[in-house]
Amino acid sequence: MADQLPTEFDVVIIGTGLPESILAAACSRSGQRVLHLDSRSYYGGNWASFSFSGLLSWLKEYQQNSAIAEESTASWQGLIHETEEAVTLRKKDETIQHTEVFCYASQDVDDGVEEMEALQKSPSSATSSATPDPLHSACLPGETHSLHAASYETPAKDTPKSGEVSLEVTDVEDTLAKEEYCGDETRTPAVSDGDEDGKKPVEKDSTDRPKRKKITYSQIVKESRRFNIDLVSKLLYSQGLLIDLLIKSNVSRYAEFKNVTRILAFREGKVEQVPCSRADVFNSKELTMVEKRILMKFLTFCLDYEQHPDQYQAFVQCSFSEYLQTKKLTPNLQHFVLHSIAMTESSCSTIDGLKATKNFLRCLGRFGNTPFLFPLYGQGEIPQCFCRMCAVFGGIYCLRHKVQCLVVDKDSGKCKAIIDHLGQRINAKYFIVEDSYLSEETCSNVQYKQISRAVLITDQSILKADSDQQISILVVPPVESGTCAVRVTELCSSTMTCMKDTYLVHLTCSSSKTAREDLESVVKKLFTPYSETEVDQEECTKPRLLWALYFNMRDSSGISRSSYEGLPSNVYVCSGPDCALGSEHAVKQAETLFQEMFPNEEFCPPPPNPEDIIFDGDDKQPEAPGANNIIMAKVDSSEGSKNPESPEKQLQN
Amino acid sequence: MHGRLKVKTSEEQAEAKRLEREQKLKLYQSATQTVFQKRQAGELDESVLELTSQILGANPDFATLWNCRREVLQQLEAQKSPEELAALVKTELGFLESCLRVNPKSYGTWHHRCWLLSRLPEPNWARELELCARFLEVDERNFHCWDYRRFVATQAAVPPAEELAFTDSLITRNFSNYSSWHYRSCLLPQLHPQPDSGSQGRLPEDVLLKELELVQNAFFTDPNDQSAWFYHRWLLGRADPQDALRCLHVSRDEACLTVSFSRPILVGSGTETLLLMVDESPLAVEWRTPDARTRPSHVWLCDLPAASLNDQLPQHTFRVIWTAGDAQKECVLLKGRQEGWCRDSATDEQLFRCELSVEKSTVLQSELESCKELQELEPENKWCLLTIILLMRALDPLLYEKETLQYFQTLKAVDPMRAAYLDDLRSKFLVENSVLKMEYAEVRVLHLGHKDLTVLCHLEQLLLVTHLDLSHNRLRALPPALAALRCLEVLQANDNTIESLDGVTNLPRLRELSLCNNRLQQPTVLQPLVSCPKLVLLHLQGNPLCQAVGASEHLAELLPSVNSILT
Repeated sequence: MADQLPTEFDVVIIGTGLPESILAAACSRSGQRVLHLDSRSYYGGNWASFSFSGLLSWLKEYQQNSAIAEESTASWQGLIHETEEAVTLRKKDETIQHTEVFCYASQDVDDGVEEMEALQKSPSSATSSATPDPLHSACLPGETHSLHAASYETPAKDTPKSGEVSLEVTDVEDTLAKEEYCGDETRTPAVSDGDEDGKKPVEKDSTDRPKRKKITYSQIVKESRRFNIDLVSKLLYSQGLLIDLLIKSNVSRYAEFKNVTRILAFREGKVEQVPCSRADVFNSKELTMVEKRILMKFLTFCLDYEQHPDQYQAFVQCSFSEYLQTKKLTPNLQHFVLHSIAMTESSCSTIDGLKATKNFLRCLGRFGNTPFLFPLYGQGEIPQCFCRMCAVFGGIYCLRHKVQCLVVDKDSGKCKAIIDHLGQRINAKYFIVEDSYLSEETCSNVQYKQISRAVLITDQSILKADSDQQISILVVPPVESGTCAVRVTELCSSTMTCMKDTYLVHLTCSSSKTAREDLESVVKKLFTPYSETEVDQEECTKPRLLWALYFNMRDSSGISRSSYEGLPSNVYVCSGPDCALGSEHAVKQAETLFQEMFPNEEFCPPPPNPEDIIFDGDDKQPEAPGANNIIMAKVDSSEGSKNPESPEKQLQN
Repeated sequence: MHGRLKVKTSEEQAEAKRLEREQKLKLYQSATQTVFQKRQAGELDESVLELTSQILGANPDFATLWNCRREVLQQLEAQKSPEELAALVKTELGFLESCLRVNPKSYGTWHHRCWLLSRLPEPNWARELELCARFLEVDERNFHCWDYRRFVATQAAVPPAEELAFTDSLITRNFSNYSSWHYRSCLLPQLHPQPDSGSQGRLPEDVLLKELELVQNAFFTDPNDQSAWFYHRWLLGRADPQDALRCLHVSRDEACLTVSFSRPILVGSGTETLLLMVDESPLAVEWRTPDARTRPSHVWLCDLPAASLNDQLPQHTFRVIWTAGDAQKECVLLKGRQEGWCRDSATDEQLFRCELSVEKSTVLQSELESCKELQELEPENKWCLLTIILLMRALDPLLYEKETLQYFQTLKAVDPMRAAYLDDLRSKFLVENSVLKMEYAEVRVLHLGHKDLTVLCHLEQLLLVTHLDLSHNRLRALPPALAALRCLEVLQANDNTIESLDGVTNLPRLRELSLCNNRLQQPTVLQPLVSCPKLVLLHLQGNPLCQAVGASEHLAELLPSVNSILT
């Protein structure tokens, strides 16, 4: 297989996170020959989304981190010429730490999931050691047929095939079809009431349930595929750089989005909805008439605050929260503006606060009544969409493909090639490497920040409303100064990220301690652990936790290039996810690096109209997009049925 | 080059576009021609439908072609079997929808749909309502679609409550929606009919309060949005006042009877609009307006024959019956008296307060309070200021007079574009207040001096006034309506900017007229004064016309009966 991979490229990109994927698309679109590699078996790196079982496998990988050194790889030393030296890359990813899993949902023995024994039986005993792996073996045979499961479960077996390009981005229809298919395939020995419901179409829902649905752990496992759990929790600002890029480059057609439906605030122990648009303010029952006017007046001012310097000039030295106190806003309005609209820390300066408020308001109304969009099937879709664009224009993809070292020419000091784990030497002019691939020596001077993350599966929304299909964002301000505000995103099942009757909740803050230490207090404020005895008690109004995961992720954003030791000038570094709500950093980084490499090329221009493309009369195969044979080859049998209408083909016709 | 796209250049693209457009134009023109030829030849068959649909599909605003289609459809109605016709209608509806997608604001298309639906034996109204909902989803202010929705709702007899809920949902999404508010104003009276309120009735108080809260939410959220203020005004407004005869006046000297009405009316000669009964027997008279022009007027008068005024009887009764207005009034002329009159009492609130009013002044009072609250937050909002002024007028014009004038000043400062309108409005209110004060005092002398008036109104209310002072104002004319002041003896209009005197005409009792310091340019502007028989004293000092050589001689010639003309 390995000899099928061409040895000459213009750009080799290592890592399939968002900035790398955008760069891949941009390079490929501007006519560069792109090889895009990832050592993992999935797209996205730390930007990925997983099914529930996929997430468990991912956890397992990190928890066994220390165990394996490496499977035997071809030696590369012999491939280095005398005039060259090697910069080795890291063998093992170290960006995820302090993973802790808690399972609160009842672990029904009736379901006969034998692996349950491997799980932690009680939440209190949680440590980062034993990870559940309920998907193993024959218990749920249906699952292993599916694409994702196969790749997670048997990486070794599949490795030889990785020389081929497998593009896993699917249209929504495909994904839906796939999900239906898998749902049918899932055979279970015992079927409980809840399971039956789970198989009904998602839309069907009785609005007035007297009692909460009981969700068991085995149901979650069984419906694993309904989950698309993001490692980073981000949203798209509807006037942000990422949306602009998606639209401009036409990559947006590969994804679908939903508008975030609510902005929430946490004040005096209560969750409430923040009225932020004109319609919200008009309809709000909580605000008095005068509050409505004051809030609208302030927000209108923020929209063009630069035009009215007299209104804030005197407060430039003050913090934004002090400034808000001078604006006649009642305490609840101050809270709304500071934490839910500007989403800043109390200490943030007046100008920054106004800027953030303006940005929020600017985004309102473009796609709906809140400023944010969420990609259906999870944030992990976005990098894949750009990869798809790259592949359409001839980029070549290899997952599970490790790179051992960069080959540097001693004379010029430039990188000439990479050597992969099969010992193949691949030449290129430019090399883009994601931070986590760089070795300890290279990063010895780098100080990384950390992101604290929690992923929760709950049984109810944190704020009940007429519709149970809400996408909400909430910022919980820090209790004591010095700690960080925690951003909470709650996703409902119609975002295609969690099973029916559950909510997927993401918590994010920049770390001061481990993720659990940083986030547990907020989790306790908003949720209550699931327990059997409470099931019938009506007074328990908080949503209940079914399952929780905490982990810390490295934040490699904002690292100056000069901090990396001994990198050749034609090796460019992309950072992993940052802590911010939007993906502006990744887009900015991709564009900056692209312009450094190709100062005269346009960054991700819109693809031409199909009818404007001129095909060579002599050649049956158009040389333009997707003509590469390798792309069209379908090796994996499960890929065979996919993408009958792939854009590659459309363009050929 | 690997992976490099070959793309048509912009010139190639432009050329391809141009050719395409040329082709399109050719097709369009030839199709139009064919349709017109066929129509002329009377060949109204399905081929015309086909051809017109090609054109209308691209340009739905071609009204003539819609007419063609209607002719064809009418023709086919007679020829086709019911099944064929049903199929035809189905295609037509589908076609109309596609045209609406091309231009959702095409008059012709919506009208054609109305026409088609009203011809169907069993129209599917539910589907039409859904169509409206869909189009309003895209553009909630598409008034074409609103119009059509009202048509459908009427035809299908949709309960007003359902339609009201629909307007609710649209207002919730975006309250800046005139059509939606307007529709509410039509639906609410239907939903809550009040026995005594006529067509434009008032609402029960609980409903009114709920609506007021809704609309307050809107203008507190965005006080610059007019739609909410207009609805607010409707909520607080009331029906036009009842038709009435305001005043009846008989003068023995002039042998004349004068009537004033609550609204301008037209009394044609020979029609039975007005009946006059003198001592209970009908009398045929010629009705005319004070300025002798035949047009709708508040005031009408007629000459009386000497027999109806003779002094033999102790009294004469005069009764005027307004047949169309279903109103009448009677007055008595006693023996030995020069005149007799009858008029509504001044305390009647109906007199001027018809712009804003509801029966509960507590509602108005609380509206005034919230508007003042808003005004404090938005001192420069013109809608809020204007509403405050109107509310104060409705509550108590005299009590709030001073405050109202202050608000006028603020309003003029924030809305200089409408300064003239505001001046006129202010003048109107001041005249109203003065008239009220005069009538409370039961005198016939009206002082309107030093009030910065820019316009004179309500002159029809001044039928009985004998002395009028208009000095020190900003009047530019004495308007024709002044001729209604049949009893006026002394008129002072010094220190204005008066240029014309059209209204000082046919005033039977005018003795003294002061017009010092005005802008009368030529002696000819004094021409109307000729028609005032009793004018003896005329003050003209400080007018440009006095500067002219031989002005006095000229004037004496023009007005021979005036004893003294001071220049």
